[in-house]
Amino acid sequence: MISIQNIYKSYGNVPAVSDISLEVKKGELFGLIGPDGAGKTTLMRILMTLLIQDKGLATLNGLDVVKDYKKIRQIVGYMPGRFSLYSDLTVEENLNFFATVFQTTVAENYGLIRDIYVQIEPFKNRLAGKLSGGMKQKLALSCALIHKPEILILDEPTTGVDAVSRKEFWEMLKKLQQKGITILVSTPYMDEATLCNRVALMQKGKVLDVDTPQKLVENYSRKLYAIKSDDMHRLIQDIRSYEKTDSAFAFGQYLHVTGKDDEAEATEFENYLLKKDHSGLEVLDIPPSIEDVFMELLQDNE
Amino acid sequence: MKQFTGFLRKEFLHIFRDPRTMIIIFALPVIQLLLFGKVISTDIQNSKIAIRDESRDNTTREITAKLLSSGYFVPADELLPGDDVEEVFRKGKVKMVVTFGSNFEQNLERDGKADVQLLADASDPNTARILTSYASGIINDYVKKEKLQNLQLPHQINTEVRMLYNEGLKSVYMFVPGIMAMILMLISAMMTSISISKEKELGTMEVLLASPLKPIQIVLGKVTPYLLLSFINALTIILIGVFIFGVPIKGSFIFLMAESFLFIMMALSLGILISTIAPNQMAAMFISVLALMLPTILLSGFIFPIENMPAPLRILSHAMPPRWFIVIIKNIMLKGTGILFVWKETLILMLMTFVFIGLSIRTFKIRLE
Repeated sequence: MISIQNIYKSYGNVPAVSDISLEVKKGELFGLIGPDGAGKTTLMRILMTLLIQDKGLATLNGLDVVKDYKKIRQIVGYMPGRFSLYSDLTVEENLNFFATVFQTTVAENYGLIRDIYVQIEPFKNRLAGKLSGGMKQKLALSCALIHKPEILILDEPTTGVDAVSRKEFWEMLKKLQQKGITILVSTPYMDEATLCNRVALMQKGKVLDVDTPQKLVENYSRKLYAIKSDDMHRLIQDIRSYEKTDSAFAFGQYLHVTGKDDEAEATEFENYLLKKDHSGLEVLDIPPSIEDVFMELLQDNE
Repeated sequence: MKQFTGFLRKEFLHIFRDPRTMIIIFALPVIQLLLFGKVISTDIQNSKIAIRDESRDNTTREITAKLLSSGYFVPADELLPGDDVEEVFRKGKVKMVVTFGSNFEQNLERDGKADVQLLADASDPNTARILTSYASGIINDYVKKEKLQNLQLPHQINTEVRMLYNEGLKSVYMFVPGIMAMILMLISAMMTSISISKEKELGTMEVLLASPLKPIQIVLGKVTPYLLLSFINALTIILIGVFIFGVPIKGSFIFLMAESFLFIMMALSLGILISTIAPNQMAAMFISVLALMLPTILLSGFIFPIENMPAPLRILSHAMPPRWFIVIIKNIMLKGTGILFVWKETLILMLMTFVFIGLSIRTFKIRLE
C-alpha cells in the first residue's frame, strides 16, 4: 500500500532522512518509532506530498508522491504533529469545513467517525481552541477521517496527551484498522510500539530495524538485569563505572543493565554493589521489552 | 463550488470572530478619515494673532476689523508700541503679529504708501506662509477697494486669482483620495497577507495543502472576503467625504467605483504576493507596513507634493500604486473627467495587478517548501 524506496532528503547539508526503504502492507497498522529528530515527520511529509525527496521513490497505492500528488491528496487522511485545526471555529464548524473541502458531508461519512465523534459531540459548539488535548486530538482524527481515506498518516498523534486518552486513541486506531484503513503512525513513545502490527525503529534519518514488535523482542539475545536500590542516583553512577557493565538505563523504578559480552552474572553485580554500601538492593533477571531492544539498537548505532 | 463557499464561510467566521480584524476593517477607515479631515487639517481657522497698532486711526482699525472678521484669525493680545514681539511668540500661543506703522492713514492718503509688518512664527513654515499670504491678501484687498479707487494710478496690473476645482483650498479634498488609497491598501494588502501567513504560522496551511483544495481556491477564498469588505470601505469613505466634508463627485460615480475596484484588485494581488514571501504574521505585517504603508503616505503625493521631491524619490514614486490611484480619483471627483483623461494611470494600475498576480502564481507553493 505504501512503498518507500531509498528515500533521501536533506536540509542544507544535514540529512533528515537518509536512504530509507519501507513497505507498508494494505490494512496494516505500521509504526515509525524514534526520538525527536529521527526523521519521522520529514518522511511523513514526503508521503503526504508536502515535501519533495532529493532522491528515491515513494508510492501510495501505486501513486507516485511527486507526479500524482493531486490524487494522493484525495485518498489519504493526514494529521500533522501540531494541532492544525482552526482554534476560532467550533468543533462542528471545523468538521463541516473539512467535509466540504473534501467534497463530502459529515452525514455521508458519519458511520466512520461516529465512535470517535460521539465523545466530543457534547462540545460541538465549543471553539476548538478551548478543547482539552485529548479532545483536540479526537477532533483532528475525525477531520482526517471525514473523507473516508484509504490510508491514514498520523504524525505523533499522542504527543502531549494524557495516558488515558493515549490508550483510548490506540483503541480507536485498532477499530479503524478493522475497517480496512491502512495506518501509518509515528510516536516517540516506545511502549506504543507493541500496539502496532509492525514497527520501524528510526534514528538520525535511518531505519535501524523493521519487524513485528514480538520478533524484535525475540531477536534480542542479550542477558538483561533489572537493578534497584534505595539510592538510585548513586546506583546509576556506580553501575556505569563498573568495568563489567556494558549499558545501564533507567526504566521506571529499575535500572536495565547489560554486561560486557553478557559475561557478568547477577551475583557479580550484586556483590559489586554491596561493596559500595547499597541498601535495599534487588537484582533481577528479566525478559527484554521493546524499549530494551530499541536502546540496544540506538547504542550500536552511535 | 461547494468547496469554495465552504472556504468563504470559514474566512468570514475568522474575520467576524477576531475583534482586532473587525476594528481595522470597520472602525479604522472612519476614524482615520475624521482625524485627517477635522483634526490634522492644514486649513487655517481661528489662528491667534496679535495686533500692534502704532497709529490707531480709522484705516488701521478697519483693516483690523477685516482681518478678524475673515474667520481665519482671532485676536490674542493687543500689543503696545514698546512691547517685545519675540516675548509674545515665545509664549507660543500667537502665530502672527501684525504691526501698523505710525501715521498709517496719513501716509497712505498723502503718499499712497504705508507700512504694515507681518511677523509670523515660522517654526511651522506651512502655516506661517499661509497666514501671511491670507493677511496680505486681506490688507491689499481692503486698500484697493476702499482707498485707491479714487486715485488714478498709472500702469497698474491686477492679478485675478481663482483656485479651480477647490475654491476654498480645503485640504479635505486632498485627504479623501489619499485616505482612500491608504485604507484600501491597508485592508486589502495587509489583511490578506496576514490572513494567509496566519495559516502558515498556525500549521493549518499544512492540512489545506494536503487536501484536494487547489491553490487557486485557497487564494480566491482568502481574497474574496477582503475584496467585498474593501469595496464597502471604499464606499463608506466616499460617502463620508461627500456628506460630511462636502467633497464633490463631479464625474461618474460608477466609473469612480470601477477604478476603486481596480485599485482594490491591485492591492489584493500585492497582499497575496507578500504572503507567499512572508513566513509568518509578523513578517507579513512588517513588510506591509514598511513596504506599503509608509511609501503610500510619504511617496504617493498624498502629503508631500511629488514635484518637490529629490529626483531619486520622484523616480521611486512611479512605482507606488497609490500615486496613480490618487491622480485618478482626484480627476474623477474634483474635475469630473472620464476615462479619456486617466487611461494612462488606469493602464498602469492594471499592469501592476497582472505583474503581482503573475509573480504570486509563480511563487505560490503547493508544498511546504
